[in-house]
Amino acid sequence: MANGHVTPSHLPAPSGDLSTTTPVPSLHEMKSQWHRTGAMLTRRRWGLVLTGLLLVSVGVIALCSQFGAVSVQLADVLAVLRHVLTTGSLDVSSLGTAGVIFLQVRLPRVLMGFLVGGALAAVGVTLQALLRNPLADPYVLGVSSGAALGASLAMLLGIGTTVMLLPLLPLFGFIGGLLALVLIYRLAQSQGRLPIYSLLLAGVILNAILTALIMFITSIMEPNRSAGLMAWLMGSLTAPGYPALAVIVIYVAFVSAVLMHKAQVLNVLTQGEETARSLGIDTERVKKQLYALTALITGAVVSVSGMIGFVGMVVPHAVRMMIGSDHRLLLPASALVGGMFLVVSDTIARTIFAPAEIPVGIVTALAGGPFFLYLLLWRKDRMI
Amino acid sequence: MPTPTGTCAIPQSCSTGSVIDVEGLSFRYRSDQSGRPWTLDAVSFAVSSGEVLGIVGPNGSGKSSLLKLLAGILRPNHGRIQIAGLPISQLEPPVLARLVALVPQEFAQVFPFTVAETVLMGRFPHRRTGWWNLGMGDESETDLLVAHCAMVDTDVVALADRLVSDLSGGERQRVMIARALAQEPTILLLDEPMAFLDINHQIDICELIRRLNGERALTVVMVSHDLNVASQLCDRLVMLKEGRVCQTGTPAETIREDVLRTVYGCDVVVDAHPHTGLPRVTMPSVSGRL
Repeated sequence: MANGHVTPSHLPAPSGDLSTTTPVPSLHEMKSQWHRTGAMLTRRRWGLVLTGLLLVSVGVIALCSQFGAVSVQLADVLAVLRHVLTTGSLDVSSLGTAGVIFLQVRLPRVLMGFLVGGALAAVGVTLQALLRNPLADPYVLGVSSGAALGASLAMLLGIGTTVMLLPLLPLFGFIGGLLALVLIYRLAQSQGRLPIYSLLLAGVILNAILTALIMFITSIMEPNRSAGLMAWLMGSLTAPGYPALAVIVIYVAFVSAVLMHKAQVLNVLTQGEETARSLGIDTERVKKQLYALTALITGAVVSVSGMIGFVGMVVPHAVRMMIGSDHRLLLPASALVGGMFLVVSDTIARTIFAPAEIPVGIVTALAGGPFFLYLLLWRKDRMI
Repeated sequence: MPTPTGTCAIPQSCSTGSVIDVEGLSFRYRSDQSGRPWTLDAVSFAVSSGEVLGIVGPNGSGKSSLLKLLAGILRPNHGRIQIAGLPISQLEPPVLARLVALVPQEFAQVFPFTVAETVLMGRFPHRRTGWWNLGMGDESETDLLVAHCAMVDTDVVALADRLVSDLSGGERQRVMIARALAQEPTILLLDEPMAFLDINHQIDICELIRRLNGERALTVVMVSHDLNVASQLCDRLVMLKEGRVCQTGTPAETIREDVLRTVYGCDVVVDAHPHTGLPRVTMPSVSGRL
């Protein structure tokens, strides 16, 4: 390197064995060093992190099921579980009000919170990789508003009021969310790039228009129905019931499986369009698939829980700082943490002014908004 | 191919002959508003195996577009490109990715990936994923070994656990080259690899490119706006002007005062490099000084 003249005559003689010039550690040495320093994701780290998060999730769900307007003791929970497991029947009226509240109200609500939070975090991770931007979030970009408009329209038309039509509600949300996503992409794109400020600006404008349309729908509804719609819009997990839970489980399970399958592709997409294409990815097709999946799961989640903001941005960001960017781990870990985040937020929402409740969307926005501002103001280097 | 002993075996030199054949290539962007009919107009040239070819020309002459066409990122409107004797349009993207690797122009790294993770992404076209492993696609021993060899060759082994976003420009460029090498390509495409680098890092990258060309028998095609770098580094140059090939040949044949006057529309001084004798371009005396 001391000699700066680069000419063919200065070429080192091609040799068959590089180890003469550079010591090459054995594969084993190199592997153990990379594993030790966390230079790459290993199967062991993947398993440890996810097992740990899964155990903590179970703990959080069990703990948060006890809090609410009516306190449910751990003994009641165990009694219900023993009763259900031994008799195989969901009729727990013999166990008193605490048992009924736990099984019919509290448990479906907490499980729904976990699913919704996990799905929103997974959507956030996917959108961030697709838009190559750590601030992307379905709520901020207006995808949630689009889904909410779709679902509001469906409710105005009376869809989703019966169990038979329940699975249709997410589809309306999906169409609304997808249209919003296409619009935002068109609005923010300039010369093949998606600058962060035009993305956020497009999101603000789209959100304003969509919110106005939703307000219009609520204003032409009968007052008693519109009040319910408003509460839902602010983000609420109130009493979803098991049929709605089952519908969401199916949507979330399907989308999660496909997203996990695409984890490696998401990794490569973060490296930029040109790199992704030169690595053999048909980026146009993959991006369309991923946008459709994102809209589908957002539609499903919004149709049951309304607009719960910032989970999709705060959670992936925090998880990425702790475990790195490899989507094979980031995606499931963010989903688990997102689930826990929403379960805890919802517990705060229903206990802080008990017996009155506040919409959980307010809690997540108050927790996530300042974090978003912090990133926007002080971490500009992270968002280009 | 790597051998499991831990040493980096060197691929045998391909049979001589051209590995890239470009014939009558025309291309334009759909959104082009420059008023020029073609971004690239009837471009023809060939790259022989083991050659270092430079694509030079003024800004907007179509250099980067030509490189993207060679990488299969853009599709030509007319003409054909053959890679290793096969039309590029008939090569499946993953197959092409195992033949041709691209080091794109520098862009900001947004997500905190480590150097090792970034280099391992170069193994993507070689990796088999599917429903059976939920797309997890664990790194195989071969993936690790190839990535490691690429990192040894580019001298970034010591950076394995650092975040790419924390590296200096020169280090980051070496990591990007390592990722391209992990694809085990026969052709390496580089888009302005020395732009924004200090002179010491420029020398580093030049020596690296030459070493890879010699040791791995890599064919290198690089775009550069710096005529002096191109002159010192490349075996042959293709000089573009407004999307057309203006001159092809060795640096001595292409970097001449009369050629540069027609291509760049200004007078420059071309003399010989004191050590290599290769052409060297400098500004004429700036008027107003002395």
